[in-house]
Amino acid sequence: MDLAAIVKALNLKVGCGGNALNREVKGGYVGDLLSDVIANSQEGHVWITRQIHQNIVAVASLKDLAAIILVQGSEPAPDTLEKATREGIPILIATDPGFEVAGKIYKLIST
Amino acid sequence: MSYDKTFSVEGGNFQAAGNVSSEIKGILKELGLPRDTVRRAAIVCYESEINIVSYAKKGQIVLHADDQSVEIEAKDEGSGIPDIELAMKEGYSTATAQVREMGFGAGMGLSNMKRYADDFFISSEVGVGTYVKMVVFNLDLKLHPDHPQWVDTYT
Amino acid sequence: MTLNDVKDILDAEVIVGREQLGKEIKTAFSADLMSDVLAFAKTESLLLTGLTNPQVVRTADILDISAIIMVRGKKPSEETVKLAEQLKIPILSTKYILFETSGRLHRSGIVGCIEKVGTE
Repeated sequence: MDLAAIVKALNLKVGCGGNALNREVKGGYVGDLLSDVIANSQEGHVWITRQIHQNIVAVASLKDLAAIILVQGSEPAPDTLEKATREGIPILIATDPGFEVAGKIYKLIST
Repeated sequence: MSYDKTFSVEGGNFQAAGNVSSEIKGILKELGLPRDTVRRAAIVCYESEINIVSYAKKGQIVLHADDQSVEIEAKDEGSGIPDIELAMKEGYSTATAQVREMGFGAGMGLSNMKRYADDFFISSEVGVGTYVKMVVFNLDLKLHPDHPQWVDTYT
Repeated sequence: MTLNDVKDILDAEVIVGREQLGKEIKTAFSADLMSDVLAFAKTESLLLTGLTNPQVVRTADILDISAIIMVRGKKPSEETVKLAEQLKIPILSTKYILFETSGRLHRSGIVGCIEKVGTE
């Protein structure tokens, strides 16, 4: 399943990286502690979080994550968007809370 | 009905952080206040207690409850906040790694206090300390879906 | 669904609150930021988190959360267990990551919750 299909199914807002939505999603990781995500997320995961700070882009880039999904309608800080655009990391915004976003993506990629 | 009590909070004692808020929640429940009032007062109290523990040497939480409202005052002796407007911005934080590991320090504390208190006042002096006063009205109001503020049920 | 069903779905270990496994569970909230939980989690939800410190229990107490699920095989510290016993808040530990934990519970009919949508 590629990012574009997830964006469509969950009706996500594309904050940036709209040109990189053909990437395959291998799984998901939910977490708000950067050290945890650095240690445990896997390449190709979508990362579901409430953090909006620009450090999330560095983590996503380091771990080669497919995208960052911000939950509960959280808007990324302006420098976060700027950095993500530069690094080619898609930032997607969901109105649902993290549990719901994870649940829906889990269902999509496990079927 | 009228109830007053002052609690002291020790800066840096993360083990005890939240003790005062749990106690205050218990007191408010026992006073028979509506569940929503108790919930909102407990949330703002807990965030302010976490702030004292995280950023100050020591502080006090003063509780005043009566039939109309619950007032929580949090005052501390600490480093103070140089730019309150910036500190109020969601996501802005000066928290240490220790605070972040506890699940706090994501720059949401002050906005949570403002969100859940009907009245919110903050003042701070660098090198002296910070004072926060929060009032939760003792009314059962419904949240308007388009606005975060509390509005009357008839709207 | 009961807390006991949650335990089976997550293949979880009960650390505190064995006597409360009959509790009814309908909603859940996944987060590592306690301020996020304080702002949005609904009363009587499950709290799914990767944190294990006493403030998780404290947050659960402030919000009347039904139970805490610690993910990724994380176990609470001794102080956390003591506080949870004192405040009568169940703690379960599962080996699944938060994504998998959320996914399994969502598939079984648990829904996400937001108590109040607050915008700045």
